[in-house]
Amino acid sequence: MSSVAVIDYGMGNLHSIVKALQHAAPEVDVACVADADAILRADRVVFPGVGAIRDCMQALNQSGLSAVIQQVAESKPLLGICLGMQALLTDSEENGGTPCLDVFAGHVVHFPEALTDGEGNSLKIPHMGWNQVHQLHPHPLWKNIPQDSRFYFVHSYYAQPDNAAVMAATTQYPEAFTCALAQDNVFAVQFHPEKSQAVGLQLLKNFLHWDGHVL
Amino acid sequence: MSLAKRIIPCLDVDNGRVVKGVKFVDIRDAGDPVEIARRYDREGADEITFLDITATHDNRDTIVHVVEQVASEVFIPLTVGGGIRTLDDIRRMLNAGADKVGINSAAVSNPEFVREAAERFGSQCIVVAIDAKKTSLPGEPSRWEIFTHGGRKPTGIDAIAWAKKMVDYGAGEILLTSMDRDGTREGFDLPLTRAISEAVTVPVIASGGVGNLDHLADGVLEGKADAVLAASIFHFAEYTIEQAKQHMASRGIEVRL
Repeated sequence: MSSVAVIDYGMGNLHSIVKALQHAAPEVDVACVADADAILRADRVVFPGVGAIRDCMQALNQSGLSAVIQQVAESKPLLGICLGMQALLTDSEENGGTPCLDVFAGHVVHFPEALTDGEGNSLKIPHMGWNQVHQLHPHPLWKNIPQDSRFYFVHSYYAQPDNAAVMAATTQYPEAFTCALAQDNVFAVQFHPEKSQAVGLQLLKNFLHWDGHVL
Repeated sequence: MSLAKRIIPCLDVDNGRVVKGVKFVDIRDAGDPVEIARRYDREGADEITFLDITATHDNRDTIVHVVEQVASEVFIPLTVGGGIRTLDDIRRMLNAGADKVGINSAAVSNPEFVREAAERFGSQCIVVAIDAKKTSLPGEPSRWEIFTHGGRKPTGIDAIAWAKKMVDYGAGEILLTSMDRDGTREGFDLPLTRAISEAVTVPVIASGGVGNLDHLADGVLEGKADAVLAASIFHFAEYTIEQAKQHMASRGIEVRL
């Protein structure tokens, strides 16, 4: 039986992601773990997160999990979700500037103030709801997910990677921003697959069957 | 290509059972919130909101079990409102699998609670529910006031100022109910919805008064709502959520189909 570790570092509830992973692939052993050894023993690792980046990084640094995640990023399939994606960049401008894990070179920035759509209606922050995900390249995690499918988002900051080659998908709000990153065995998404109904479950299923190689 | 406007069915739950009833041919137990939630998920609901109207504190655990069960098989955002008064209430709902909680009268009696809740759990899960009623006389500029206790108790607080204050305190979303329209099936209070939506930077969910599918579309097009919430038109199977979305799409609104 293959296993997936959901990193539990005290940021938000993991109920949804655990249930969704179990639902997506009942044959996989899903466990919430806070312990470095257990994370390193698992076949795959999910790095979730909600809330503020400063609290997130503080929890990771104090528990020693920062180094563990960096090690996982070098060795086995890793899926970052929402704040778990943002934490993989070099730094975030949230909370007055917060150094992050630097798995992907780049920054996390806030949506510009006073956004408007084409008709002059103001766009709300957080970017909350179902928006289209435009896949930029084929990838095992996009298997059986139609181009421009809608996933559920809720966030006010987004990733700006230095290297455009790691961009896996973009979403428009109103300009295109990077909503998914991919590099070798690491995949990260700004949206919540565990809250995105059928397409979300499909992405989780794809991750749970992924060997960490890109096509 | 842009963000879809959301359709959110709302279930009023009393002691773990849906009240006001539902009427679906394929549902065996019309009072079972889990079965109804499953049905709405299949029809394409963008989120589901549970409003716990259980009167006694002792029976509050029933809503926790409902949320746990729904969250184990329905993978869309879930909001729980009603009786949320402490950080512990919020933690229990989030641990049960809710994604957001709705705070209503506790925010009015203690606005700091919203700030504490947002700091602790993040703005993304704090929905402030506002019950507003028009208090201006005909001919006067429109003014709406916050009411509590199901619309019976005036507070003297201006609805627009209150919505802005709640966003400053950390509300990630506003659930706006017109107490004048709630239950009337005459449509949303569109001037109220628009005034609040244009006054705040966070998404606004319009609620209260939906009687047909045009009302939903009007809430978005004229009320400038980011999401529309309705109960009875879906419960009584007058319309499916899919029909509602098709109708909104036909009026040029971007929806998730």
